[in-house]
Amino acid sequence: MKRYSAFAIAREAMRHHQGWERAWAKRAPKKKYDVIIVGAGGHGLATAYYLGKNFGITNVAVLEKGWLGGGNTGRNTTIIRSNYLQDPSAAIYEKSRSLYETLSQDLNYNVMFSPRGVIMLAQTQHEIRGYQRTAHANSLQGVETEWIGPNRVKELCPIMNINGPRYPVLGGLWQARGGTARHDAVAWGYARACSDMGMDIIQKCEVTGVTREGGKVTGVETTQGHIGCDKLGMVVAGHASVLAEKAGFRLPIESVALQALVSEPIKPCMDIVVMANTVHGYLSQSDKGEMVIGGGTDGYNNYTQRGSFHHIEETVRALVETFPILSRLKMLRQWGGIVDVTGDRSPILSKTPVDGIFVNCGWGTGGFKAIPGSGWAMAELIAKGESPLTEEFSMFRFREGKFIDESVAAGVAH
Amino acid sequence: MLMLHCPYCGQDVDETDLHAGGEAHLKRFGPGSSDEDFESYLFVRKNPKGIHVERWRHAYGCGKWFLAARSTVTLEVFGTYAAQTKSPPADIQEKIRAVDPDWTWEGEA
Ligand SMILES: Cc1cc2nc3c(=O)[nH]c(=O)nc-3n(C[C@H](O)[C@H](O)[C@H](O)COP(=O)(O)OP(=O)(O)OC[C@H]3O[C@@H](n4cnc5c(N)ncnc54)[C@H](O)[C@@H]3O)c2cc1C
Ligand SMILES: [Zn+2]
Repeated sequence: MKRYSAFAIAREAMRHHQGWERAWAKRAPKKKYDVIIVGAGGHGLATAYYLGKNFGITNVAVLEKGWLGGGNTGRNTTIIRSNYLQDPSAAIYEKSRSLYETLSQDLNYNVMFSPRGVIMLAQTQHEIRGYQRTAHANSLQGVETEWIGPNRVKELCPIMNINGPRYPVLGGLWQARGGTARHDAVAWGYARACSDMGMDIIQKCEVTGVTREGGKVTGVETTQGHIGCDKLGMVVAGHASVLAEKAGFRLPIESVALQALVSEPIKPCMDIVVMANTVHGYLSQSDKGEMVIGGGTDGYNNYTQRGSFHHIEETVRALVETFPILSRLKMLRQWGGIVDVTGDRSPILSKTPVDGIFVNCGWGTGGFKAIPGSGWAMAELIAKGESPLTEEFSMFRFREGKFIDESVAAGVAH
Repeated sequence: MLMLHCPYCGQDVDETDLHAGGEAHLKRFGPGSSDEDFESYLFVRKNPKGIHVERWRHAYGCGKWFLAARSTVTLEVFGTYAAQTKSPPADIQEKIRAVDPDWTWEGEA
């Protein structure tokens, strides 16, 4: 692989950009692999990458039914933070956030990580107590966050109206090292690095069945034929239940639609990310100047990648009260993704009832931030059969009542 | 926008007046049941890409729970019926099979 660099840009500029290589190779599936990963979203690709980088396992295929990064990885609002309440969450999300800091250098691909700071607004007394508690928990976990008062919030984000009549801003949980990254670039960067290690990324290849022998996985049926494997990683987010059913087990997951929208581009007016969980809205400004807006999920099971209009309406209504300058903006695009939600709003990284099958899902509304950390931990789980970062995230925790309850910390989690 | 017919009020109700309650016809378990039984009842779900038989509450109307059969792929609603029913009525099952011949009613989960 030719490295991307300032020198490469200059060299290519001299020869009409004729020398750029394909970022990843297009290959036909082999008969068999050591490890097959289903799902070329961020989590699947990162899992493959760290299998190669940390464990030297490169006889790997990543199978994708659509196009690489076309699932939730390419549909999210790209908020990155690690200010969670529970210890297991803080560990994996903080690992992830710290990997993001050097990801562009590591992958030799600019993922445009922008640690611009994330604030979660407290707009009720309950939230004040909740976020102060989280700030204390974070200081014990070694995650740098800070409780700040309303005046500091206003300083950080002057376009905010902190004296809203219904939900005045009472303070916030500030994580200066949080921020955003370019979602497509994260998927593309991992894909390029995987391909460079000799892994096969096979698009338009849907897994339609899972073959087993004596309780152990032997391969997958796909739209491009049978492909054998020793180990299988299922990393398909909203389709986790569908794939698990094909392997003969069920998951504690429900799939629902989550939507986002962007406005017409305007001049820079906001250089941090703001989340307002009481009113179910969050906001940041993209490098192109668009205001990027997200809200809450729909209540019902859905695989259509379309959500209900009234949720958009509620989100925008709520944000306009806190950001009055948005009221006359035109919205350009709106879209939805199918997110995989568990009972305790925490993910699943786990062995399964089938020997050799591992599952990574349940990131729901908030897994973009977790891509590097999740891939790191999942690779270890697949390679060694255990990982300190995944231990608490077993799919069997619901049977044992060992929840990792994050819904207390944020009504919406992203 | 989703519209469902409330079998009690006899009205076609807009989604904003309803509250979704997840998978219907779950087998409930009480004191003395095993951990696996509680797990299956409280957390594990079919979550199908296809026909979903589910609970809804007419929250801003009569306030009662009712059941619906709906496709999670097309959002087509095949019919609604009273909550005190053990399985989807025959006419609803027939409508479902008209679009999905492989669909079978498994009974209580
Ligand atoms: C609107 C919206 C906003 C969000 N905002 C944020 C945010 O601000 N911050 C944040 O951290 N997270 C956010 N999220 C959540 C985040 O996007 C997801 O948690 C994350 O992208 C999941 O990544 P993934 O790789 O697990 O799944 P995906 O990117 O969905 O990848 C799964 C892939 O599996 C493929 N697949 C499925 N079934 C099969 C099959 N049978 N065979 C082959 N391939 C298959 C799919 O085509 C898909 O490409 C948001 C999500 C949405 C929808
Ligand atoms: Zn009614």
